[in-house]
Parts: sequence; C-alpha cells; structure tokens
Amino acid sequence: MHRRDAARDRRVELLLGALAVGVIALIVLILVTVLVNGWPSFSANGLHWFGPGGDVVTQFRAMQSSIPLPGHSIYYFRAWPLIWGTLLTTVGAVLIALVVSTLTAIFLTEFAPLPVQRVLLPVVRLLAGVPSVIYGLVGIVALVPWINENLISDGRKQSVAYVVQLNGASLSTAIVILTVMILPIMVALTANALTAVPPAWREGSAALGVNRWRTIWRVSLRAARPAIAAGTVLATARALGEAIMIAMVSGGRPFEANPLDGLTFLFEPVETLASGILEEFGGETNTPIGHTAYAMGAVLLFSAAMLSFTSWVVRRRLRRYGVGG
Amino acid sequence: MATAQPAAEPALEMVRPRRETTAAWPLVDRLAYLLCWAVGIGLCLVALGIVALMFVKGISELHLKLLVEAPSASLHQTQSGGFSTPIVGTLVVTAIGTLVAVPIAVALAAWLNEYGRPRWLARAVESGVETIAGIPSIVLALFGLLLFARPFFGFLSGSTNNGAVTGQSFLVAGLVMGILAIPLVAATVSEGFQQLPRRLREASFALGKTRTTTTRRVLLPAMRPAIASGTVLGMGRIIGDTAIIWILLGGTLHNTPVGSTPILKTLRGTGSTLTSYVFSNAAGEGNSPQKAYAAAFVLLLIVLGLNALVTRLSGGRSLYTTRWGAKR
Repeated sequence: MHRRDAARDRRVELLLGALAVGVIALIVLILVTVLVNGWPSFSANGLHWFGPGGDVVTQFRAMQSSIPLPGHSIYYFRAWPLIWGTLLTTVGAVLIALVVSTLTAIFLTEFAPLPVQRVLLPVVRLLAGVPSVIYGLVGIVALVPWINENLISDGRKQSVAYVVQLNGASLSTAIVILTVMILPIMVALTANALTAVPPAWREGSAALGVNRWRTIWRVSLRAARPAIAAGTVLATARALGEAIMIAMVSGGRPFEANPLDGLTFLFEPVETLASGILEEFGGETNTPIGHTAYAMGAVLLFSAAMLSFTSWVVRRRLRRYGVGG
Repeated sequence: MATAQPAAEPALEMVRPRRETTAAWPLVDRLAYLLCWAVGIGLCLVALGIVALMFVKGISELHLKLLVEAPSASLHQTQSGGFSTPIVGTLVVTAIGTLVAVPIAVALAAWLNEYGRPRWLARAVESGVETIAGIPSIVLALFGLLLFARPFFGFLSGSTNNGAVTGQSFLVAGLVMGILAIPLVAATVSEGFQQLPRRLREASFALGKTRTTTTRRVLLPAMRPAIASGTVLGMGRIIGDTAIIWILLGGTLHNTPVGSTPILKTLRGTGSTLTSYVFSNAAGEGNSPQKAYAAAFVLLLIVLGLNALVTRLSGGRSLYTTRWGAKR
C-alpha cells in the first residue's frame, strides 16, 4: 500500500466521519431551534401550559386577533385538551395494534399456508406504503359516514348537544384508522423476529410435550420481545406525530372528550398536538400563534426523543435472551 | 440348553407420534388459533377494501382533463381545473428529496459499517439516525421553516413585501424531505452492507487495496440492489408525506413563482403536490371531494408502482427484512 493511498484513505474516513457527526449536530440543531422558538409560550404560561383551562380555540383566536383574553397575557394557552387527545388516540391505537399485530405476525409465520402468506406479505407492505392522506380520505369517505349513521343514535347526539355536535368524525374513527396505519411496522418487526428464533428452542419445548400454540406463546414470542418492544416504540412515535389523518377524520375540534359520557365518549371529536399545529399554524413563526405551535412541536419532539431512548434501554435489557430488535 | 431365551425381537416399526392437530388443544388455545386466522384474513380484507374504494371512486372521477389542467381558484367544480401542476410538484419534491437523501444515507451507512471508529461515536450516530426516524414530520417541517426563513437562506425561497424571507418553496420542502428520508434509506443500505460476504472485503484487502477503494470499487457496486431499493423506499416516504408539504410549500393550490429565472422561479416559489391537493380538496378550502378522489387514485397508483418496484429489486427475497424505521 502506497503512502499516498493511505493518506487518501484517512482523508475519506475523516470526511465520512464528519458527515456522521453532522447527523448528531442536526439533531441538536432541531432540538435547540424548535425549543427556542417555542420558549416564549412556555415561559409565559409556566407549567400550567400542560394543564387544563379553557377552550383552546378561544385562546388561538385571541392570539390571532392580538386581543388577549381578559386578565391574561397574549400567550395564554392551556394545552391539556390537545395532550389528552394525543394520549387517547395514541394509547388506544397502540394497545389495539399490539394485540392485532402479534396475532398477525404469529399467523404469518406459523399458521398461514403458503398461498395465504404470499398474499398477506404484500398486503402488509402495501398498508405501510399508503400515504396518510389516503387513509384520511378513506376515513372521510367510508368510516365517518358509517359511524354517523349506524353507531350514533339521535338520543346520543342530543345527550351531548349542549357541548358538542357529533357527526361521526370522532375519537373512535381516529383510533381505528391509526391502528391500521401503525400495524405494518409492528407486524414486520415481530414477524421478522419470530422467524429468527432458533429452531432448537422451539423443538426443545415441543419435545417436552408442549403443544404448538403454547410453544409459540411461551418460547417464540418471549424470544421476540425485543422486536415487539422496538415495533411498539416505532409505532407509538408514528401515532404521536400523525397530523394529516387525524386532522381529516377526528372532527378538527379541540374538544376534551369526556370518559364520563360513557360510550358517547368514543364518538366525541378530538384534536391532537400534531393535528393542532397543522390546523392553527399559518406559517408565521414569530407571532404568538407561531411560538405556541413551536411549543407544541417541542413537546412532540421531546416525547419522540424520550421514546427512542426508552426503546434503547428496553431493548438492551431484553436482548440477552431474545432475538431481533 | 441353559441359555436364556433370546429376548423378543424389538418391534422394527417406529412408533410415530400422532401428528398434532388443533383438535387436541385446549379450548383457549384453539380460540387463539382461530383468532389468528380471523385477524390475518381481516387485515387482507381491510387492505382490499381500501384499494377497492380508492379504485372505484378514483376511476369514476378521473378524466383526462384533470391530468392536464392546472388548478385554479374557483368555487365551481367545473372551473377549478385539474391537478397537472400538483403532479409535477410531487415529481419535483421527490427528485430533490431523493437527491439529498441517497448520497448522504449511503455515505452514512458506509461509514457506520466499514469504518465506524471510534466505536462510541458510531453507536451515538446510530441512535442519532434512529432518533431522526422518530421525529414527527410536522416537527421537521416546523424546524425547516425556522431554519430556511433566515436571511442567509433567502436564495432558496421568496420574501414577503417587508423583505422577510418566507422559507416556503419547492427547494426547502425538498431539502427537509431529504432529512425525512435519510433514516429509511440508510437503514436499507446498511442492511445491504451487512449482507455482503466477508470474502469480498478480504479479497480486496489481500490485493493491497485500501478501505476506501474497497468500499467504492467492490462493496458499493455489489450492493446496487440494496441502494436501489433504499432509494425507492425513500421516494415512497417522500411522496406520501403531507405535513411537510402543507407547511413548507405554502398550502396554496396553484404554483406561485418567485423571481424570473425560468426553472428556478418555480423551484423558489410555492405550490402544491398530489398529497396537499388531496388534503385541501377533501378537508380544506378547496372542497371538491370528487377531485380529491381522482388525485388520491393517481397517488395510490404511484405508491403501488413503487411497492412493486421494491419487491422486484429485492428479488422477492426480503420477506420481512425491510424495516420501516431506522437501523437497530
């Protein structure tokens, strides 16, 4: 090897390394810029920013018209209805998807006959590739009217008519579509891990007389836990940040869906942090609305970063006896 | 004879265990088994339903006129035009995003897999890419708007009447789309690197080639399929994203050029893509659902095409290996 070659090698390594460091710099830059531009909203509201207090729409309109709400600063904002909406949709969809994706992955890798498998695989890939705006459109065309006509009785509509109008665009629509959207990631990762379980582990279990289902349940699935955790975290991140579809199908009203309304609760509109940004933010970064939108973005960003970190910790702990992930 | 009677010949036939059938399982297990089938078939039906709905609605609304007319602001369906410029917009944003994402992602994957020193830095970069994969696209859009509205980046977009840079243009949207696609492309390419046999590298080293030459002349050519499918996956991610377009492309339907240089004026200006066209027509101010169906149909066709392309490129082998997130 010539000396010149070695020097060139070194140069390329440094260049590529600099690019890699650039990735970390980019993350820091994103964190700092979003947080700094959201800071006025946080500092004006303090920790109450996260708490309940009044109607989000009224607060946004006040910011828009530059006439502060009586007795408050122009930045007055209480994000709880949006945070509540985010929690409800995300947790609801992830819980359903966790069950469905695990069963689908088992079906895909263990039970499905080859022809069925040949159909199911592209289907999963397709569902992962469909843009969220098309999911939103499907929701508007099919699910919202169907729920409105078949599941919401007139009595139910009247029971909450004094606070909110029910028209089918609701928490349940958002959860159902969100579930379909996040399923593919979870199915793919779980199925991937299930196929990677060493055959000896399952044969050992089968040799002890454990039937096939329980072998899958107790041995394979247990080994696949790191992958399931990874999939769940990725899915949660996607559900948290989904703005377009939620804005289209969940009513677009920051109503604080109330579990005390019983089943009606599922048919009340919601708005999430992400869809709230989409609906209220008009592109002006340096206005009260702009600062508030960036504060909401900072909360999303922080949650996403925390999720990545949690996933890293969980997978480290589970990896010892597991595959995948 | 005192010799003992020879022991009876052992039965030559092996006792085969009965093949396990679900009928022998406890009821709970059988229910779970049935549930697996139900869920699997159900998922197929859901996908079929979505595709069928979009096809039926789309084909009935799609006219050739829609594909060649530019959208215009009008309350009347007949005068509001078609979506020719959104199609072009989608192509432009995808091209810019891919051009940004693929080289960076390939370089990243190369460094992570072939160099990766010091080790702790490689770990940090790896989790960094994973973190970027987890950032919601709407937050990336907010970040892009803030960054590219600096006067320094004024050449990328137009400015308002009072001289402030808008930070909204095809160029800006494309750049941020690039950031969005990097983790996915890098993960796919990285997987390609890991699947290369060791002997390729060893043979090249044995010939006295440097690491750089090996990577560039031996490894990268050997991974063309991985790079290609990473590219196509990245394109799919870019085409499907709406939040970035909505915030960084101005959310207007028709193109608004900036300046007067022929092609650059469109790139620096705002406009729409298929996704933002569907969004604004289905839910926003455009409000002509029929056109949204037609545009969504075109969008779905593109996505289906890309999907088929990925399957072809990976030779149908990658059953589950395509990860939708970052490399882990």
